[in-house]
Amino acid sequence: MLEITVNGISRQLDVEPDTPLLWVVRDELKLKGTKFGCGMAQCGACTVHLDGVPIRSCVTPISSLAGRSITTIEGIGEAQGSLHVVQQAWIEEQVPQCGYCQSGQIMSAVALLEKTPQPTDEDIDKAMAGNICRCGMYGRIRKAIHSASAKLPEEIILTPLIDQAADDAVKPTNAEGSYNG
Amino acid sequence: MGKWTRRAFLTTGALVGGGLIVGVAIRPGHRTPKLAGLVENEGETLVNAWVKILPDNSIKVIVPHAEMGQGVHTALPMMLADEMDADWSTVSMEQAPADDQYASRDVVREVAFPSQAPGIVEDTLNGVFLKIAQSMSLQITGGSFSVRGTGTWGMRVAGAAARELLIAAAAEEWQVPLDQIRAENSYLFHDKSNRSEPFITFAKAAAGKQGPTQPKLKTPDQFKIMGKRVERFDIPAKVDGSAVFGVDIDLPGMKYACVKCAPVFGSTVSAVDGSSAEKMAGVVKVVNLGTGVGVIADTYWQAKKALDTVNVTYTKGESNRVSSATMFEQFGKSMDAAVANGDEQDDYKLGSARKVLASADKVIEAEYRVPHLAHATMEPMNCTAWAHDDKLEIWSGLQNPLGIRNLLAEELEFDREQVVINNVYLGGGFGRRAMDDYPVQGAKLALALPGVPVKMIWSREEDMQQDFYRPAVMSRFKASLNANGMPEAWENQFVDKHEPVEAPTIPYAVENQYIHYTDSPTHMRFGPWRSVDHTQHAFFTESFIDELAAEAGIDPYTYRYDLLSHDLRARKVLETAAKMADWGKPLAEGWGQGIALHRSFNTIVAEVVNVDMSSGKPRVAQVYCAADPGYAMSLDGFTAQMESGISCGLTSALYGEVNVKDGAVVESNFHDYKVLRMNQSPQIQVEIINSGDRSLGGGGEPGTPPAAPALTNAIFAVTGKRIRQLPVSKYL
Repeated sequence: MLEITVNGISRQLDVEPDTPLLWVVRDELKLKGTKFGCGMAQCGACTVHLDGVPIRSCVTPISSLAGRSITTIEGIGEAQGSLHVVQQAWIEEQVPQCGYCQSGQIMSAVALLEKTPQPTDEDIDKAMAGNICRCGMYGRIRKAIHSASAKLPEEIILTPLIDQAADDAVKPTNAEGSYNG
Repeated sequence: MGKWTRRAFLTTGALVGGGLIVGVAIRPGHRTPKLAGLVENEGETLVNAWVKILPDNSIKVIVPHAEMGQGVHTALPMMLADEMDADWSTVSMEQAPADDQYASRDVVREVAFPSQAPGIVEDTLNGVFLKIAQSMSLQITGGSFSVRGTGTWGMRVAGAAARELLIAAAAEEWQVPLDQIRAENSYLFHDKSNRSEPFITFAKAAAGKQGPTQPKLKTPDQFKIMGKRVERFDIPAKVDGSAVFGVDIDLPGMKYACVKCAPVFGSTVSAVDGSSAEKMAGVVKVVNLGTGVGVIADTYWQAKKALDTVNVTYTKGESNRVSSATMFEQFGKSMDAAVANGDEQDDYKLGSARKVLASADKVIEAEYRVPHLAHATMEPMNCTAWAHDDKLEIWSGLQNPLGIRNLLAEELEFDREQVVINNVYLGGGFGRRAMDDYPVQGAKLALALPGVPVKMIWSREEDMQQDFYRPAVMSRFKASLNANGMPEAWENQFVDKHEPVEAPTIPYAVENQYIHYTDSPTHMRFGPWRSVDHTQHAFFTESFIDELAAEAGIDPYTYRYDLLSHDLRARKVLETAAKMADWGKPLAEGWGQGIALHRSFNTIVAEVVNVDMSSGKPRVAQVYCAADPGYAMSLDGFTAQMESGISCGLTSALYGEVNVKDGAVVESNFHDYKVLRMNQSPQIQVEIINSGDRSLGGGGEPGTPPAAPALTNAIFAVTGKRIRQLPVSKYL
C-alpha cells in the first residue's frame, strides 16, 4: 500500500509498483484529464505537477512517489468550480482544437507562470518545447500565456515557490530543454 | 406518415431547390424509436431533423459530424441559428447518433444534389481509400466538407425553413399576412399590432405544417452570426480536462487491451506463444487477431507488460525485402517504362505539350520526391467495445461512424441494428480516423471476452507503425519557356493517382499541358492525410513553377501574377498574401522569402514564408496566409484552421518522414518522427477574403498544401539551393 496526495486529497493505492503515475491517475483515481500520448516523455500530454514542478507522468513509476504531492488538470482551479487564470486565457484565445494535448499544455504553462510570472518568448519556448500540439496551436498558446501573465493576481506573482528538490527518479523529464536541434 | 423510412423521409423533406429534411416533424405517436431518444421530454418539439426548440425557447441543433478540433460542432449550429434568427446565447448542440437518418451521404447525394454529389465524399473517403463501398450510408467527417456540404445544404436550409414554418404558424394564429411577421432572437414580432411571442409558442403548430419548398436564405449583409467570431462550444471542456475522448471511456468491470500487429503489411501470424504472458499478474487472455496479437488484462500496464513477453512469428514474403529506396527505384522504373511503352495514363491534356517540348531550344527538367508520412494524432488509436445482449457496442472517436457500423456488422456477422456506435471527441483525425482497422480490432477483442467491456489502447509505436500513410510519391516535370520567359509547355508525370482528381492541376495559364501518371503500387497501406493528394502535388507544382521563374529571371510573385490573368480570384489571393508580407522588401542578412498558391477543396490559399537561414538551418520566422473560401462562416474557426494547416504543412516539410526497411516502418515515436514544437513555430498571420457565399470552400485542409513549397522556395531565394526532396532537415 502506497500513499500519495493528489489534488490535495490523500490516497491509499494498491497497484504494481512500476505502474506509471499516468495510469494510476487515469484508471485508479479516474482523473481522465491527464492524457496518454507517447509513453516516453516526448509529447507532454501527460504533464502533471509533482510538488509544483511539471513532470511527465507516463514515465514516472508510482513507487517513486510515496508521500509526495501531485496536482493534475482537475486540481488547478482557483477554487471549487472556478477556472485557473491560465484556463480562462485558453478560452479567451480559443486555443484548443482537438484539445487532446491541452491539459498537458496548461499544466506546463501554469508551472512556467508560477516560476516566471512575466515570461519572455524565449522563456515560453523553453518551458513549452516539451509539449506537442499536432493541431499546431502554438501561436495561440503563446498569446494565452502572455495574456494570463498580465492577469495574474499580484499575490500569486509574489508568492515564493517552495523549492523541494526532486530526487533523481522523479526528476522532471524533458520538461525543459531543446528538441529537434 | 407512419414509420419514418428513408423514402418517406425524402418525400417529406426533399426540396425542389436543393434543400433537405425540412418539415419533417416528429409528433407524439409518430416517433420512430431511433429518433425518439432525441425528443427527451413531452414538451419538446422536433421541428425538423436538425433542430429542436426546447420548452424554455432555447434551441438545440443536431450535428451529424465528428468534432476533431475543426470547430464543426459550433460552425454548423451558427449557420442554422443565423438562418432561423435564433438567439445565439440560447443555442446548444448535440451530436447525432450514428444512424442512417443522419447520413451525410444521403443528404448530399439524394436530397441536395441528385446529379452532382461533391466528388470529395464519394472519392476521397469512399472510393479509393476506404474499403467501404458496400456501405450505403455514410456520416463522414472529412474532405473539408462539413461546413460547405452539411452546413450549406443542411443547416442553412433547415434553419431558414424552420423560421418560415414558425412564421406561417404565427400568421395563422395572429391572422396577419406572412410578410408582416419578422423573426429576431428566437421571437416572432408583428410590429403593427405590437405583438411578440417566443418561437416555442408556435413550435407545435409549425411542426404540423408542410415544409416550405424553397426557404429563402439570407444574403451576407443579413448575417448576424455567420462570419463572426464565436466562441466554440467544445473549448471549456477541453481546458478543464473534462472532455471525453475515446481513450477516456470507462465502463464498469472494464478490462484493458494492448495489441501488436505484423510489422510488415500483408504478413499474418503463423505462431503465437503467449504462455509467459498468461502467467503474469492480471492477464485475462492472449488473443490471436490473425494480423497480430492482443493481450487483455485487468489494467493497461499489465496488458502492456504482458504483450512484451508474447512471442509471435509472422509469415514472410516479397514485401520483407522492400525499403524506401527500393520503392523509389520501382517508381522511377515504372515511370520510365510507361513513357518508353507509351502507356502513360492521361490525367489532363491541353494543346500539345510533347510537340512543343520536342522542338524547344531548351527543356527544363526536375524530379521531386516526398516520403511516406504518418498522421501521428495526439490521441493514439483506441476503441472500447462490449459484446452484450446480442449487441456489439462501440465507443471510439470516428470520422466515419456509419461506415464503421456497417463494416463491423458485415465483417463480424452482426445485423446492422445490433451494432451500436457511440462517437466521442477525436484527439486529432487528419484522415486517420476515417479508417476501420482499429474499431474492428477493438470489436474482435471484446468478442473474445463476451459480456465484458474491453478498452484497447494502441501504444504510440503501434500507432506510428500501423498507420494508413500519406503515400510516397515521385513526380517529374518538363517545361519550355517562350521568348518572354513564360511557360509554353508543361509536362508532369507522377506515380499513383488518388484523390481529389484535380490535385495535380495548376492554376496558371499555360497553353500546352500534359499531365499523366503511372501506377506503381507498393505493399504500404495508405489513406487520406490532411488535404490528401494536394499536399504532395502542391509541393511539386509550386516548386517547379518557382524553378521556371528563376530560369526566366523573373520575380516568382510577378511570374505567378502574370500567369493568373484568367483567374482574378486566385490573383487577388496571391496579391493579398504578397502585400501582407511586404513582398520584395529587403530582408535581414541570411533571410529568404518564398511564395506558393494552391486551390484545394474549393478554397484558394496563398502563403508567403519568411525563413531565417543565418545559422545554416532553416528557422521559419513568419507565415503570411491569404485565403478565399468563398465565405468563412466561422471567422475565428476558419482562421484557426489555416493556422493549424500551416503548422501541419511545415511539420511535414521540415521533419516528416516515414522510412521503410525490410518491409517495416522504422519510425516509432516522437523522438524519431519529429513534429513542429513551440520553439520552432512561426508567427502566422491570416487574412480571409470573402468573395461570395454561394460556393463555399473547405477550411480543414486547404491551409496545408502551400506551406511546404512556400518554405522551400524561400530557402531557394536565400541559398540558391532547390529542395526537390522532403523533408528539408534531411535534404538541405
